[in-house]
Amino acid sequence: MAQTAPGFSRPSSVRAAPGTEAAQQAYPWYAQFGPGDDERFWFYNSMHFPEPMCVFDMITAEGAYLALGACNTRVHSLPTTKGIDFRVINGRVYIGGVGVTDPEELALRTSEFQQRAFYYYENWERLYDQWKGKMRALIADAQALPKLELPEFEPLENVHAGKGVAANHRLLTTWQATLEGYYRMWHHHFEFLLLGYGAYMVFFDFCKKAFPEITDQTIARMVAGFEAEIFRPDEEVRRLSRRAVDLGVDHKFAEGADVADILASLEQSGQPGKDWLAELEASRNPWFNVNVGDGFYHYHRSWNDDLSMPFAAIPGYIEKIRAGESIDRPTEQLMAERVELIEGYRDMLGSDAERAAYDQMIELACRVFPYVEGHKFYCEHWYTNLFFNKIREFGALLAEHGYFDDSEDVFHLSRFEIEQALLALSLSWSTGSPPRGLERFRSSIAERKAALAVWAEMETSPALGDVPDMIDDPAIVMLWGITRETLNSWLDDGEENPNEIKGFAASSGVVEGTARVVRSVQEIARLQQGDILVCQVTNPTWAPVFQKIAAAVSDIGGSMSHAAIVAREYGLPAVVGTGKATTRIPDGARIRVDGARGVVTILEAA
Amino acid sequence: MSTTIAWFADIGLEDRPAVGGKGGSLGELTRAGIAVPPGFVVRTEAFEAFVRALDAAEPLRAPIEALDPSDLDQVSKVTATVRARIEAEPLPIEVEQAIRAAYAELAGSDRPVAVRSSATTEDAEDASFAGLQDTYLWVIGAEQVLQQVRSCWASLYSVESVTYRRRQNFPEAKVAMAVVVQIMVDARCAGVMFTRSPTTGDRSVITIEGAWGLGSAVVSGEVTPDRWVIAKLTGEVPVRDISDKHIRQVPLPGGGIHDEDVPEDLRKTPCLSDTELQELRAVARRTEKHYGRPQDIEWAIENGTGAILLLQSRPETVWSAKESAPAAQPAENPLLHLMNVFGGRK
Repeated sequence: MAQTAPGFSRPSSVRAAPGTEAAQQAYPWYAQFGPGDDERFWFYNSMHFPEPMCVFDMITAEGAYLALGACNTRVHSLPTTKGIDFRVINGRVYIGGVGVTDPEELALRTSEFQQRAFYYYENWERLYDQWKGKMRALIADAQALPKLELPEFEPLENVHAGKGVAANHRLLTTWQATLEGYYRMWHHHFEFLLLGYGAYMVFFDFCKKAFPEITDQTIARMVAGFEAEIFRPDEEVRRLSRRAVDLGVDHKFAEGADVADILASLEQSGQPGKDWLAELEASRNPWFNVNVGDGFYHYHRSWNDDLSMPFAAIPGYIEKIRAGESIDRPTEQLMAERVELIEGYRDMLGSDAERAAYDQMIELACRVFPYVEGHKFYCEHWYTNLFFNKIREFGALLAEHGYFDDSEDVFHLSRFEIEQALLALSLSWSTGSPPRGLERFRSSIAERKAALAVWAEMETSPALGDVPDMIDDPAIVMLWGITRETLNSWLDDGEENPNEIKGFAASSGVVEGTARVVRSVQEIARLQQGDILVCQVTNPTWAPVFQKIAAAVSDIGGSMSHAAIVAREYGLPAVVGTGKATTRIPDGARIRVDGARGVVTILEAA
Repeated sequence: MSTTIAWFADIGLEDRPAVGGKGGSLGELTRAGIAVPPGFVVRTEAFEAFVRALDAAEPLRAPIEALDPSDLDQVSKVTATVRARIEAEPLPIEVEQAIRAAYAELAGSDRPVAVRSSATTEDAEDASFAGLQDTYLWVIGAEQVLQQVRSCWASLYSVESVTYRRRQNFPEAKVAMAVVVQIMVDARCAGVMFTRSPTTGDRSVITIEGAWGLGSAVVSGEVTPDRWVIAKLTGEVPVRDISDKHIRQVPLPGGGIHDEDVPEDLRKTPCLSDTELQELRAVARRTEKHYGRPQDIEWAIENGTGAILLLQSRPETVWSAKESAPAAQPAENPLLHLMNVFGGRK
């Protein structure tokens, strides 16, 4: 096939960086590029995997694509697309769709789709309620997993109860249950997701046709729900701030104070302090089970694991309460605004036929969209936290027995390697002999850590392989916003203003201010009132800091990302999905954020 | 009520046969409570009285009606004579007195006004009638006003206008023109706005164009204006194109206008603040709502006071004339819409 147009590298020409070959081989063989992959199109999933992946964390990609594919290909039978394949090179996850072009297959899949997916739409509320029940049961199961123990003797009560299985067997079944629950979570995750996005896309496409100059964010605002669980964590922080004032312990929350010091001080301040701590506990379970990323990296810890995020927000809220300002989320006002938008745009349509079609589409979109907003709290946050923390327990056990020094090192082993180590440990426990293979993983772990550092510094091609004429995969268009136009802009690296960074217009408004490049939660406290937050991912768990900032800019996220939704709620300009804001914008620089156009301009370097 | 003069507050669109499109629109806006520079219209009756008087002295319309449009020499000769008569011969005394009195009431002895022709027929809005669209800016004193009213009337007898009318066989007895006299806005900036996108026909946005100084520079295309697109309903501003506005039109001390260089620091500065953009949006929405259909609007912001004033509003014609297919038809089963996304490209 002759190709004269500019293209991307072939996957076969991309090798592991020198010195990282062994680390690259630690990823499963079925996730390595191989024969046949050159003829396909692959793009770097920077939205979900913006950093090189630790070997263990690859399970997040594997779990997701196992379930996404099954759902599209075999469960709902999406007519034009099957699943999404993934490959890993230099720690980066590339993905590619599997399209359907054969007319006969297309017809068959269409008829299947209308029996399967349509049933979901028709019974959405009942099935979604059922879904919540399944997720809660799954979470309860994960919470009920036993602690990991290899005691000197099996507890006497187990013996007297005639249990018949010993601790090393429980260790293995707990491991298997941990993995099983995680993979199951991903299947639940995708049960409704594409269908939810699809209904939204139908409405989105219609609006773009009827109102060619409407912004994405306006369409998003028409469909946004307000009861989604993902707003709850921030609401809990507001509640705790109010309680602090009510109980008269608000002076304990000084700006920039250490969380441990605040907790200790509250502990010692009599009944009001204890009452507040009890309120904190009530909020934490489950609402602080939100991680500061998007659920794909073990080191994006949750609020529960690191209280600095919610605590960073409390002083600001307290100050507002003292000043007599309302910190309540103006739900009624937001709902009224949404109604006004829906009716206002309806009035501007050209004919009654258009209005009738509009009514059908928005009714469907509003009905199904709460899932798209709501599922993340259960899946990417709550369940994922439980999962990674359980893996940490396995890490602690293996570290305790000498397989490595730091329990976090467990994330540099694949799940197969961990299982081998657990089996080896179980065997040695059962035989009463010392554990074997203690040196086995140490050098690999060191090698893999070094490789991650090398990969993090490397340029990552946004895509690999043959460029398709068009992208007609609804999953790819919906979830990643990738179109033929996106590819052209990737290929055309030409005359760009070096001081201009483009992204998705997430929330409108123009603001100039000081850029505060925040790379981790630990740096949250550096944010001053009126700063512009520049970070890798904004997500709803960052919501509490939105009261402090003037605008938000992120590397990752689309105009439907939860970050965008929260920014719109706070009425702050936001540009998301820039790909490079945290690397291009120097900390302290003066920047302008134009949230309606999706442009960030560096006005003055720091 | 005087048959010569009509004040904006007393007229509306239904008076167009006597006050012209521009006059009717300014009256309509005034009536709707939308700020326009105050003024009056010299009604078509005044023109007719004048021409009747001229005709009585020596035939004026008959020689015009007798012209062969292909005989350019003759057209030039006859129209030049007619124009000279309109510019020079005495006005009927009651017409002259009514205009003088109205000017004094509006502008005292020397407040600057704009004198603008106001055509009475729909097709007079056409480019072919371009001669009718004369506007005289920064006119000072009753003498000058009377002179420019005559100039507007005389423009009806430009070579182009007459040739066009003769080709159409338009009866000369039906030719008439009203003239608008209104307080001149010393504009800090001015421009146009469209309540329906001129580029895509989108009814949900307002496109605003503006530049420094008087709006004439924008309308005539002498300067590339700043351009904004604003969502009608939410006020978001997804497009801001700020251009290099090298010149602006400003008043001359003794009357009239001229071009001047824009100071360096203002050239690339947006000529409207965000607050002003939102105020214009509000005015545009009110105007559109009043008329019940998309409008093309001329606006100005007054130096010093910052007041927003409309100079003109007329119905959008380009997109309204197009028959566009609906974005979608309702489906028997609403779920079938999903096939637009899941069913692949048709």
